[in-house]
Amino acid sequence: MPDTSYRRDGFALSAAVGVVGVTFGVFASTSGLTLLQAMALSGLTFTGASQFAFVTVIAAHGTAIAATLGALTLAVRNSLYGPALTDHLSVGGWRRLATAQFIIDETTAMTLAHPEHPRRSFWWTAIWLYSLWNIGTLLGHVGASQLGDPAGLGLDAAFPAAFLAMLIPLLRSRRIILVAVTAVVVAVASVPFVPAGIPILLASLGVLAGRGMSR
Amino acid sequence: MTSIWIGIGVLTVGAYLLKLLGFTVLDLARLPEPLADLARLLPIALFAALVVITTVTAGQHITIDARLAGVTVAGIAAWRKAPFLIVVLAAMIVTGAIRALT
Repeated sequence: MPDTSYRRDGFALSAAVGVVGVTFGVFASTSGLTLLQAMALSGLTFTGASQFAFVTVIAAHGTAIAATLGALTLAVRNSLYGPALTDHLSVGGWRRLATAQFIIDETTAMTLAHPEHPRRSFWWTAIWLYSLWNIGTLLGHVGASQLGDPAGLGLDAAFPAAFLAMLIPLLRSRRIILVAVTAVVVAVASVPFVPAGIPILLASLGVLAGRGMSR
Repeated sequence: MTSIWIGIGVLTVGAYLLKLLGFTVLDLARLPEPLADLARLLPIALFAALVVITTVTAGQHITIDARLAGVTVAGIAAWRKAPFLIVVLAAMIVTGAIRALT
């Protein structure tokens, strides 16, 4: 029987992200963004951490320039996923241009977690997640005044748990574990000193711990 | 109002170009092997940090709360090879239950 667990997993992850999309819609609305602006962010920008960062600055009455620069800095994360994905998703021409738009945390993790079906896992997750993220944003913005805080449901723990579930099977060697631990130490140590979101970028330095070690 | 739209436009184009940059210019087939070897490890480093940072921080502060218990239980479940959905639900239920009880 072919392994289709990527479908169930990709859908479950997308559903959880869809609820976060509701949170984003509510947040965008209460921060003064119009429905069209919220939908442009979810439908076109399509990278959650940057979207939240952008709206956070606008909500605090920061300038649009500050909001954009902060959000762009966080978006660098997606460029760091590209290289590893070229191993699994070899495409050329316009397909490569289309694939790039959907390279985010969730699609990368699902692709690496299902190396037997990388392309299917990537696109299955991309399509469900894109759809539910946008539907969530729409519902959140439209129903902002009626909706409570989903954090009370423990949803904020779903996100790290999902990535932990996808990360653990990838920790196959001492070298990989050393990289992961170093990344965590760098990230946690930098939390008090840099704006939110930046510690995860700094964690990329953790790969240097794997230098010179055999695979 | 207009400045927000310009911001959204710049962010959208910039975020797309960043996604494209990693997936084209930094294609592993084009990188020298020592560099490609490290680039392959980048998702591991970022996911490990993502898990811990979203579990124990709120803004610029380290905050230990119900999330840590939920994610720890999820980690044990994942390590014991529980299905993905069970792992995620376990985190939500444990975290939500602790919040409801405290």
